[in-house]
Amino acid sequence: MLPETKKYPPAVENPRLHARLLTALYIAQEQYGWLSPEAILRVSERIGLSPGKVRSTASFYTMFKLEPQGKYRIQVCEGLSCYLAGGAEPILEQISERLNIQPGETTPDGRFTLEVVQCLAACGSAPALRVNDELYENMTPESIDELIERLQCET
Amino acid sequence: MFEPVLTRNIHRPNSERIGVYLAHGGYQAVRKALTLAPEEIIEMVKRSGLRGRGGAGFPAGVKWGFMPKDTDTPKIVAVNTDEGEPGTFKDREIVERDPHQVIEGVIIAAYAVGASRAYVYIRGEFFLGVKRWIKAIDDAYEHGFLGENILGSGLNLDLSVHRGAGAYICGEETAMLESLEGKRGQPRLKPPYPAQIGLFGLPTLVHNIETLVCIPNIIERSPEWFASIGTEESKGPKIYSVSGHVKRPGNYELPLGISLREIIYEHAGGLREDRKLKAIIPGGASTPMLMADKIDTPMAFETLAEAGSALGTGAIIVMDESTCIVEAARRLSKFFAHESCGRCTPCRIGSYRIFEILDRIENGHGKPGDIDLILELTEGIDGKTFCPMGAALVNPPRSAIRLFREEFEYHITHKHCLVN
Repeated sequence: MLPETKKYPPAVENPRLHARLLTALYIAQEQYGWLSPEAILRVSERIGLSPGKVRSTASFYTMFKLEPQGKYRIQVCEGLSCYLAGGAEPILEQISERLNIQPGETTPDGRFTLEVVQCLAACGSAPALRVNDELYENMTPESIDELIERLQCET
Repeated sequence: MFEPVLTRNIHRPNSERIGVYLAHGGYQAVRKALTLAPEEIIEMVKRSGLRGRGGAGFPAGVKWGFMPKDTDTPKIVAVNTDEGEPGTFKDREIVERDPHQVIEGVIIAAYAVGASRAYVYIRGEFFLGVKRWIKAIDDAYEHGFLGENILGSGLNLDLSVHRGAGAYICGEETAMLESLEGKRGQPRLKPPYPAQIGLFGLPTLVHNIETLVCIPNIIERSPEWFASIGTEESKGPKIYSVSGHVKRPGNYELPLGISLREIIYEHAGGLREDRKLKAIIPGGASTPMLMADKIDTPMAFETLAEAGSALGTGAIIVMDESTCIVEAARRLSKFFAHESCGRCTPCRIGSYRIFEILDRIENGHGKPGDIDLILELTEGIDGKTFCPMGAALVNPPRSAIRLFREEFEYHITHKHCLVN
């Protein structure tokens, strides 16, 4: 005879609470800077979902970060309209060179992360990029230099 | 001269504020709608001929008619603003600059279908939009346009913002519902349609934000006014997002049925440096490319279908003679490979395979037979996926090969580009 399996408590079905998961993940990400294992655990306790489920959901969305991020996340759009307007790779190369990191990397001092992103819905004011939650449009090599210099000076 | 209706507010200073909106006749449509019977409003929307502006073009009034009647089950209205289709940037403008016109549309729709709860799903990247919506909703409650017994009509409606988190697929209505429920945004099987079983299992009316912005105007002016604009099967004003190699990229509100030529050359100022037109994507990344000779095609559901493409979101991407079509197709295929939700195999694997092959052709490593391999892959994806993503992702590579096959061949044989 098989031994009796361990009895788990029934899964608590609380759709209205679970619906707050994305919001909770945003809050945790803001507090921790990224969704660290500890952040995931805290969200899972609050929302009543297993840490695995929380992590799985977070991993589906590109705006949730499961790795440490720089203070400034520079997100360069590589969409077709940005490319046609002279953006995408030339912008990435320029920033890459200035910060000495490749797309996907963070500077050793933890200040900048360079990221390639898909269309930012700014095709009419391309080329575009975002720094954290702020959109920058109609970028030129000069305005990119200016932007990076300003961010480097900020404390 | 066509008078903009949907975008009439957005150029005013502080257009997102309720005071500015009210000072220019805002919330009058709601007042009028609340004096009519819900059935009358549904009838008006049907008569207007309004079709959904999110891409699929489904008749809005028919959708409203699908919502169950004579039931105590709570009903929901969900607004889709997960705008992420490359080339499209009209919704962001509405979200950021005219939230109250959308709220008016939501209230009227909720009243007509008997909904008591509404959600607006805003793309995660639209941070400014989310911030403005939180304020706009607070202000609408304060003025008695939301909450209990709206304007003394007995209508109760709660509205809240839900911020997406970066997933193109959440623009598909059932994926958006999943995301609203706090899950991975993977599409559901249809049927059941959201009007039967939607958010939290409740009947849900889902609309793109531009569709809802049409509603107050139909109520205030008249369905006949709306239907007098456009063509036989495509009625009303439309916001066209124009980008790429044009002198004046931007959003242009114009009637449906206007030609690509008029939009590109008269409104968007023609091509940069007066170069020759090579190809046009007329309705966002997921619609097939058209050659320059289709420039006189009217922007309408039926005429674009005849020309071999689709109206989609009405986002026009213009490419001049200097554009490498292989690179354009590669870039669009990369987008779809990145955005595949991973649920079903043809899309998950097929999108990546197409991208990989285009990538090697573009980079001078293409092999004989690669072009037919891409076409074969598109056959294995189109119509064989869970959601419309499959049909969408095959369009850029398939149309590019059909129209510019010699460019692909040149790339493979000469290991470099024909135009650059």
